[in-house]
Amino acid sequence: MKILVCVSKTPDTTAKISFSADATQFNGAGVQFIMNPYDEWYALVRAIDLAKATGGTVTLINVGGADNDQIIRKGLALDANDAVRINLESQSAMNTAFQIAEYAKSRGYDVIFTGKETIDYNGSEIGAMVAEYLDMPFISYASKLDMSGNTATIERDIEGGIEVVEVETPFVISAAKGMAEQRIPNMMGIMKAKSKPLAVVEPQAFTDNSVVTKFDMPPAKSGVKMVSPDDMEELVRLLHEESKVI
Amino acid sequence: MGVLVYVESPKGNFKKAAFEAVTYGKKVADLLGTTCAALTIGDVNNAGQLGQYGATTVYNAVGGDFDSQAYAAIIADAAKQTGATVVILSNSSTGKSLAGRLAVRLNAGLVSGANALPTVDGGFKVKKGVYSGKAIAEYTISADVKVISVMGNAIAPEKSGSDVAVTPLSIAAPASRVRVKSVKTAEGIVPLPEAELVVSAGRGMKDPSNWGIVEDLATTLGATTACSRPVADSHWRPHHEHVGQTGVAIRPNLYIAIGISGAIQHLAGVNNSRVIVVINKDPEAPFFKAADYGVVGDLFEVVPKLTEAVKKYKASQH
Repeated sequence: MKILVCVSKTPDTTAKISFSADATQFNGAGVQFIMNPYDEWYALVRAIDLAKATGGTVTLINVGGADNDQIIRKGLALDANDAVRINLESQSAMNTAFQIAEYAKSRGYDVIFTGKETIDYNGSEIGAMVAEYLDMPFISYASKLDMSGNTATIERDIEGGIEVVEVETPFVISAAKGMAEQRIPNMMGIMKAKSKPLAVVEPQAFTDNSVVTKFDMPPAKSGVKMVSPDDMEELVRLLHEESKVI
Repeated sequence: MGVLVYVESPKGNFKKAAFEAVTYGKKVADLLGTTCAALTIGDVNNAGQLGQYGATTVYNAVGGDFDSQAYAAIIADAAKQTGATVVILSNSSTGKSLAGRLAVRLNAGLVSGANALPTVDGGFKVKKGVYSGKAIAEYTISADVKVISVMGNAIAPEKSGSDVAVTPLSIAAPASRVRVKSVKTAEGIVPLPEAELVVSAGRGMKDPSNWGIVEDLATTLGATTACSRPVADSHWRPHHEHVGQTGVAIRPNLYIAIGISGAIQHLAGVNNSRVIVVINKDPEAPFFKAADYGVVGDLFEVVPKLTEAVKKYKASQH
């Protein structure tokens, strides 16, 4: 089985979020960047296990600049076979998806994994877009994947429950919590990763349809009002009369 | 130009998100000086009621089980047939599976998870939460066709019209390549992304067997229960209850956090809640900085007292 895993670079979950003075760019100064947790913990780990079980291979794909190589190497250390980086600072999810699809279209992948969303743009767009470009089925928010031959049985998270679906390869799948357990690369993996192939491919031309033109911080809270632990009736009164939420 | 809202109808019925999406579509149509049409797919009960929320036409197309590819083809076709240049969806598991496909199919500009109406002076601009709610991004859509998925609770359903007749739309539904084998949903519980009231608890509960007081409060309020990541990771609670940066992001009217310290990753998933109540025995818990109301005390005493106070309040309302 030939597997492609789309991985993105995001600020660490504890990173302080700030923007350039003109509010158009993320301020990356002093920020630790990581592989997007959904891509790493769920999509990549499940893909690696699936490849091992079926005697297949896992290729990582990332769209970004050379500073992304560090997170790609981490993916290789987790035991992906090889990697490709499309050399583009993409300004839109659609451009990113287009580049991934252009790379994948003639290479015959059986399964293309993404995380369910990235923790920076929270768009959940790439999987659906790649699937549409490649004319493949797309199963989103998958929390369980079992393969039998070329038929997959997938549990996907829906509002308030789970939907079980079946689909044949090739397909695109976005991975949510439950797909796999977070794993830490071992020393052997880290050593081997250094010599694994990481190809750099130049992007295809693309015109963006929607881009971020301004960032803002959410309005600050006006401050907490403390209520005595012995007076919960006062809290209920405040929730009803002052903030009108009950 | 016109606005087309794809309205989900799980098991043939609308949920609140459906009325939110149509209300949003109606307001976008007003901004653009055009009309709003709604599209339903498959057998739907009382689809004409969408007229009450501002749809001047309600279309229905034939379709089978949900498959993002088949449904996106139907919606894109409907948009072309009706001349719509703005397509609105709910930002649900269904809507998010469709939005990217529609953007590609219609060569459209996409904003997923919009939390406010667009502005149309000096470009078509839409805002959404990014960095897991820690910031807001304003997108400018330059393409002729726009696709917007609307975050739950971003807009309140608003009635502005009356029922309309349902117009069948003739679209050849493409064959689905995904087979839905079963759907398991908990009945009688409002799913977290849609919940207006949420009661959530963390490690301060000390043991999963102590959750009775949390459930009592939630039941009394009519709220949905949630939990922090350590609690889900320890399998004290099911993982679908995990709210936070790597769990479910929610934006209820009221979020009550019990025994949760308020790590930045947790705040990221809940800080769009309209009102936050924090109950914690540690007055230094970082969550108090993000709260509207705080109670410093032993949760095992405070929570049952709060439940009683809510019961008393509810009784007084009758």
